[in-house]
Amino acid sequence: MKQSQIRVLIAKPGLDGHDRGAKVIARALRDAGFEVIYTGIRQTPQMIAAAALQEDVDVVGLSILSGAHMTLCPKVVELLHAQGQEDVLVLLGGIIPDEDAARLKAAGVHAVFGPGTTSAEIISYIRTAMAGA
Amino acid sequence: MPKPVPTQQLIDSLLRGDRLALARAISCVEDDAKDAAEIVRAVFAHTGKAHFIGITGAPGTGKSTLVSALVESYRASGVTVGVLAVDPTSPFSGGALLGDRVRMTSHSGDAGVFIRSMATRRGAGGLAKASAEAMLLLDAAGFDCVLVETVGAGQAEIEIASVADTVVVVEAPGLGDEVQAIKAGLLEIADIFAVNKADRAGAARTVAALEMMLETGGAAAQSIMHHGQRMETGAAASESDAEGGWSIPVLETVAVSGGGVAQLRDALERHSAWLDESGGRAEREGRRLDHMLQTLVQAEVLARLERGLAPALRGELVELMQRRQIDPYSAAADVIRKLSR
Repeated sequence: MKQSQIRVLIAKPGLDGHDRGAKVIARALRDAGFEVIYTGIRQTPQMIAAAALQEDVDVVGLSILSGAHMTLCPKVVELLHAQGQEDVLVLLGGIIPDEDAARLKAAGVHAVFGPGTTSAEIISYIRTAMAGA
Repeated sequence: MPKPVPTQQLIDSLLRGDRLALARAISCVEDDAKDAAEIVRAVFAHTGKAHFIGITGAPGTGKSTLVSALVESYRASGVTVGVLAVDPTSPFSGGALLGDRVRMTSHSGDAGVFIRSMATRRGAGGLAKASAEAMLLLDAAGFDCVLVETVGAGQAEIEIASVADTVVVVEAPGLGDEVQAIKAGLLEIADIFAVNKADRAGAARTVAALEMMLETGGAAAQSIMHHGQRMETGAAASESDAEGGWSIPVLETVAVSGGGVAQLRDALERHSAWLDESGGRAEREGRRLDHMLQTLVQAEVLARLERGLAPALRGELVELMQRRQIDPYSAAADVIRKLSR
């Protein structure tokens, strides 16, 4: 059980600039009592991994609407593992086809949240995962 | 969830400059984890080398952008830079949205830069509860220069003056008239003024107002009341600074395009040199350590107080006060008597 403050990085990898969803989630997580580090749009996997390390986050939340998730997400996971952050929870939100979601989970993404997911579901998922850690 | 790393291993890695170890050590001091004291104890002997620069000012004046521009300037001359960017914790949810990195993305991938966002948690005065400890850790990890960006400060969030070697107060045009410039508080702690967004209308007036304030000795307060005690501040040093040859510059910057950043960097170098010549550096380090000491003792005393002042006892006293059987002063005296027994 984690006693310390839960820290979450919210990042938008790739080139789409649609960050409304990411901002809504960031705000909801803040209101749920998490410390949310928001990095903004157009992040490379390397930038996201560097921020996750410096900020020592427990959770990395990626938001992708561009369709580039199969390239970007496994790369983020790979970099996190390579720098010793194997235990960071990696979540993905966006328009992700089911067959991709299955493959991403096999590649180390812990959960994929599609359209219609409520912020309560995401908050509850994080709380449960942290309580079990 | 990070796997627990043995504390000694974490300390050794941090002193070698390992970034993950540094990040985890900062989390330890932030969370007030049980190994926080052990870490600080072990690294303290390796500190005392970094130049600590505070960047403060009202929300939206461009502090984060200016910090980013300064980082670029320092990196161009090979100086390694740690950044602590503080944003407020919600008093309602305990959560925080830390958004300063958005303005600092260009340094990603540079191993000579380490940026950490901090929520204030229960810290007061525009800094995080563990800012001073995190500053020590960055120093121990070998960073030459540490920039501490405060929360968007109001008029009296001046804790930064107790922990920094150099304080830059960032202003922007259009935030207030000459009366704002003669008010007490934030403006009294500046070693350097940066009037940012200087390409906007009204910049010259803001510069003039600040210069007039300085000429009339507005920044010459000897010391101020803080937490009920007299606290020496940057302003106190500024007074002696005037005798020791430091005159507070008012600079124009346009952080977003890099305008005036070279001049600001130059002023920071001059202030650093002045600190070394005048003995100001030792004085400010003493102030910082004294501040840490007071903060740690106060935190411990407060924790004991909270443990001792049980909700039941408080409820009882509130009820007595509401029935006018006891007044607030006597109730407080009652509690103190019980605690000190």
